[in-house]
Order: sequence, then C-alpha cells, then structure tokens
Amino acid sequence: MTMKGFALALGCAMLLPAIASADCVGVTAGDLTISKAWSRVTIGTQRPAVFYVEIRNAGKTDDRLIGIETPIAGMPMLHQTVIQDGVAAMPHAEAVDVPAGKTISLEPGGYHGMLMELTTALSEGQTFPITLTFEKAGAVEIDTLVLPMRAQEAQCDGAS
Amino acid sequence: MSLRTIRLALWGLVIVAAGAIAAQQWVGREKTTETFRPDFALQDGNGQTYTMADFRGKFSLVFFGFTNCPDVCPTTMSEVAQVMDDLGEKADRVQPLFISIDPERDRRQGLTEYVAAFHPAILGLAGNDAATKDAADSFKVHFAREKDSSAPNGYTMSHSPGLFLIGPDGEWLRQFTYETPAAEIRAEIEERI
Ligand SMILES: [Cu+2]
Repeated sequence: MTMKGFALALGCAMLLPAIASADCVGVTAGDLTISKAWSRVTIGTQRPAVFYVEIRNAGKTDDRLIGIETPIAGMPMLHQTVIQDGVAAMPHAEAVDVPAGKTISLEPGGYHGMLMELTTALSEGQTFPITLTFEKAGAVEIDTLVLPMRAQEAQCDGAS
Repeated sequence: MSLRTIRLALWGLVIVAAGAIAAQQWVGREKTTETFRPDFALQDGNGQTYTMADFRGKFSLVFFGFTNCPDVCPTTMSEVAQVMDDLGEKADRVQPLFISIDPERDRRQGLTEYVAAFHPAILGLAGNDAATKDAADSFKVHFAREKDSSAPNGYTMSHSPGLFLIGPDGEWLRQFTYETPAAEIRAEIEERI
C-alpha cells in the first residue's frame, strides 16, 4: 500500500463513525441543542418522508420552531398527529413551542416534519441535511439519518 | 271494578311492558356482541378479491390506513410486523391485513410493496370507493377525506387508528388502541391460540 493510499484509508476509517452516528450528534444554536435527527426509508419519491428530532432549550427564554427546510423535499412542513374521539388526523402546525429549560421531541404520535415532494428516495444509512428555523435562535442545520422502515426511535446506543 | 283497581292494573301493565323491553334489549345486546362479524370484499395488488371468509381458521389483525401517512400508519404497521416476528411458528395462525382508506392513490403508488416493506405476511387490500366505505362501516371505522393544502396532492385522510383482532370464525374479538405495545398484542393472541 502506498503512503497516499494508507492516508486515504485512514481518512475513510475516521469518517465512518461520524457518519454512522450523525443523527445522535447534537448541534447547538445559542441555548438550543438539537439532536437525534432521524427519518425512515421511503419507497420511491411519491409518498412523503418523515422527520423526527429532539430539541433541548437550556436557556431562560422560550423559543419556537417555526419552519424546516431541506434540499431533498420541495414541500417540507411541520405537522402534528392529533387523536381525538378515536380519529387520527395530522394537521399543519404553525410552530412547535420549545419552552425554557425543557426538552421537546418531534416523535411518532406527536409532532413530525412532513417532507413532501421528495427529490430523492431515502435509503437506509443515508443522511441528509435539514435546516430548522427558530424564532429566536435562528437557523440551524442538522444531519438526519435514514433508519429502516420499522424504526420507532433514534438509534443512538446510549450516546447522545 | 273500582277506579283504583283499574289504575293498579294499568301500572302493572306498564311494569310488565317495561320489563319486556329491557329484557329484549339485553338479549339483543348479547346477541350483537356474540355474533358481530365484520366483513368486506376488497382486492389485493393482483386484483384478486378477498372477504373475511378467506381467512377462516386464522386470527386476523385488521388495520385501516393510507400509505401517504408517515406517522401513525408506520408506527402501527411496525408493531404488527414485530408481533408477527415474535410469534415465531405461531405466526402462520395470524393474518395481518392493511385496508386502504385511500384506495385509488394507494393502488397507483403501490400498496403491495408498501406493506411488504414492513412484513411479507401483511396483505394490502384496496377496493373501490363504495367497497371501502362498506368495509369501514362494517368494522365501525370512521374515515374522511379532507382538503388540506399542507398535504400531498392537496388532501389528507383522517381515520380511526385502532387495530382489530378478529377470531378464526370471523368473530370480532377486540380492538387495540393506537400505540398498544407489540408485546401486549402478541400476548393476547398467544393466549387465544
Ligand atoms: Cu404529516
């Protein structure tokens, strides 16, 4: 193996763990820590994909998630699953409150990012960037990991 | 005959009649819970028509949903898939069914491959609008198509997210509410097998 080849291999080896845990690594914006961003595999591009994430507000002021954007979807939106009188619906959510000192989640059965008009199908293990816009903290980008169809939560193996 | 006797006799009749009505309602109630057999006639991806009679001898796990539903539906389908995996050899006694409440779009986008992505045992069924309505009515499931500019194709579906357990004779056994853990569903089925 040449020196250059060795350096390249080493570089790749160091990059891999970072990719594998991309959903769990948190990014920060002011007092906010955003982590555990994940999505599910899609079959083709016709159906919407989903986006889940955890947001911790360590500060003393309330903030609000007011929008999401991603290059992989032409129409990304915040939705909330509501089950009322035994009927489930998922209306558009104007914003998701992130109160001071609290951790909130976009998770199955609650809020979710609805990624419509996909520009690419999502396959397992792939990551894609999502930009979350907060009323006070501004815009933050996070890598979202695509998990299997049957995933129910971020797979972090205790890491966060 | 005194007026008092007549009055007493009339009251007696009222009591007897009320009793009879109550008894009838009680019997009627017992009868419907015992023999409630929801049914449908819907097609799989190959156009083959199925009714509940096709699943006699097996327990059926029936879910009504639509494939453009990225949150509630995958959660339930994942639980069903987990139940099938955990049942091991007993899994062949159980038939999971996904009935589309958005049949036209689901057929166009491929219902068969969608349900197969969760578990190969799940059978996806989609009929025409009338047959879909009949199926939902029979299972006492509510669904509605709602205009929504924040949804794909400008509409979304609201629906009952429950999972229904039907017995080997087609008899209604129970409903599992949304987010019932797979272990609980499996335990209930194993107990009945
Ligand atoms: Cu949604």
